[in-house]
Amino acid sequence: MKELVINHDMINETTTAKLLAICPFGAFMMENGKLSVNAACKMCGLCVRKGPAGAVTLVEKSFEPGIDKSLWRGITVFADTTEGRIHPVTFELLGKARELANAVNHPVYSLLIGNNTQSAAQELKHYGADEVFVYDNPILGTFLIEPFAAVAADFINKIKPCAMLVGGTNAGRSLAPRIAARFKTGLTADCTSLEIKPNTDLVQIRPAFGGNIMARIITTNNRPQLCTVRYKIFSGPAKQAEPSGKITLMEIDSDKLQSRVKVLQTTSKEQGIDLTAADVIVAAGRGIKNKKDLELVKELANLMHAQFASTRPLVEAGWVDPRQQIGLSGRTVSPKLIITVGISGSVQFVAGMKGSATIIAINNDKNASIFNVAHFAIIGDLYEIVPRLIQKIRTSRELVA
Amino acid sequence: MKILVCIKQVPSTTSVEIDKVTGVLKRDSAESKMNPYDLFALETAFLIREEKGGTVTVLTMGPPQAKLALQEAINMGADDTCLLTDRKFAGADVVATSYTLAQAIKKLGPFDLLICGKQTTDGDTAQVGAEVAEFLNWPHATNVSHIESVRDKYIDVSVNMEHVIQKQQISLPCLITVEKDIYTPRLPSYKRKLQTINQPVQVMTLKDFIDQDEHHYGLNGSPTQVEKIFLPSHTTEKQVMTGTALELTDHLFELLTAKKMI
Repeated sequence: MKELVINHDMINETTTAKLLAICPFGAFMMENGKLSVNAACKMCGLCVRKGPAGAVTLVEKSFEPGIDKSLWRGITVFADTTEGRIHPVTFELLGKARELANAVNHPVYSLLIGNNTQSAAQELKHYGADEVFVYDNPILGTFLIEPFAAVAADFINKIKPCAMLVGGTNAGRSLAPRIAARFKTGLTADCTSLEIKPNTDLVQIRPAFGGNIMARIITTNNRPQLCTVRYKIFSGPAKQAEPSGKITLMEIDSDKLQSRVKVLQTTSKEQGIDLTAADVIVAAGRGIKNKKDLELVKELANLMHAQFASTRPLVEAGWVDPRQQIGLSGRTVSPKLIITVGISGSVQFVAGMKGSATIIAINNDKNASIFNVAHFAIIGDLYEIVPRLIQKIRTSRELVA
Repeated sequence: MKILVCIKQVPSTTSVEIDKVTGVLKRDSAESKMNPYDLFALETAFLIREEKGGTVTVLTMGPPQAKLALQEAINMGADDTCLLTDRKFAGADVVATSYTLAQAIKKLGPFDLLICGKQTTDGDTAQVGAEVAEFLNWPHATNVSHIESVRDKYIDVSVNMEHVIQKQQISLPCLITVEKDIYTPRLPSYKRKLQTINQPVQVMTLKDFIDQDEHHYGLNGSPTQVEKIFLPSHTTEKQVMTGTALELTDHLFELLTAKKMI
């Protein structure tokens, strides 16, 4: 138990002013003439570390026994499948799981849930899983939240994995929180980097406090440790020619697989936009002044046989299809080349594209944060550069023709 | 039909900085607003109420000033509101937040349907909805893109599963999180604002809960800890190009040609 305690002997006008200024969440308030902390407090401890010495202290009220972390072994990857096909994020996570597992000398596990899973299980053995745990049942042929959560819980209870990495797909982002709540354990969404400490605490890094800063998040006294990672954040390992590891069939009572959700119908979405598979992307941001000017960027994309994409504000303005949004709340992409046009580079956007092999940024503000990640920073007005570039590409092609 | 909507007050700006000298986190503005994704949850609730009758209750957890977000919900059409505020809730991660909300929902209920927005703009985790459903032992669906029909015992919804759309029938009570743009949110009504100006906001603290064990709430009930915050790392090797538009275009053209991209 930790609690912030204000040392009222030290509170005067000066120290109060300092504390009010230091708290980024505005959690200090005057209540009946006394300084107090309200529910806006995030327990970040800044007032303790950076405030007037001794004015606020973090008091540990009782000792909590730690869990025995050595009982929890194995870095598990949830195998995300649709109709027997494995989502590629699974392979990327297996690659990362191998790194993490080697660092603490743990095995790599994969949890495969489905129906007629034989070929998927075999395929997982080509990506470095030491043991693939398979739950195969006709009820599990389609993703249903309750049966899948029941199976994952059964797996955790029997195998006691140290950590579970889940792909940030719609299914994964529905399943992971369900399991975390059931085991009252930590879950970190959309991690952009993962490391592991010698004591097996997973170091999960993601953007935090809704801002352009990053946080290292750890789960110090709960297991399993859960996190989700978006597709294309990590690079996938090469497929091993020879399979390795073993397959273990798991049993679960069918009456544990009850579902209060019924799938009535499944329809394919219209095909077309798939940013995540694009090799070249041309992306537009708020530097575009109105909707019709988007055509300029789209024309450049067409000429380059590239996919057109945008940032969140243009999607929110209704100018662009949400499937064309790059960023934490959109798609994560890692093309060979991305050209950003009039994009300032919020941390959320950058998290969705910083894996791109080459980043060319065009922006007229030399201080734009996109230039921090760009390999080529072109400081100039997009309205002057893009039309000229289009013209130049056209001319060059006419010459060739 | 008794509907509950969970909302959150978020900072108006996402621009946060770390003072390089002191290491202190700084926000540009202390202003707050309702999480924009919650507007879609509220609109969905109002549309269902219009068709099926019933009430819409709005719940939020936060500091005392989060009352403003509830006031906005009332102006849009909410029947009741409840603010969960207690220093003991401070520093809650996803698990502790969801557990706190579930405790409040058990006290405020029973409800038939719980609706949340897709995610918040500050936490951005999109996980609280599913965790609340687990703590209530209700079924849930995330990424709901359309309400097909609402009956007494179940609700039919369309769920966006990336490559496919699933039509699901879910037994009530259940929790759904709705996609942005599911329905266009209505604007707060000035007339309603005048009518409801004295409507009190119900306030709940830990003392109102069935489970009053402080270990389950706030920082103490949070399995995750933020070990450190830092500025994102930046690419160091980069080529900066300045000059006239003509020069820049030439540079860019040469660069793209060299990379065999045009």
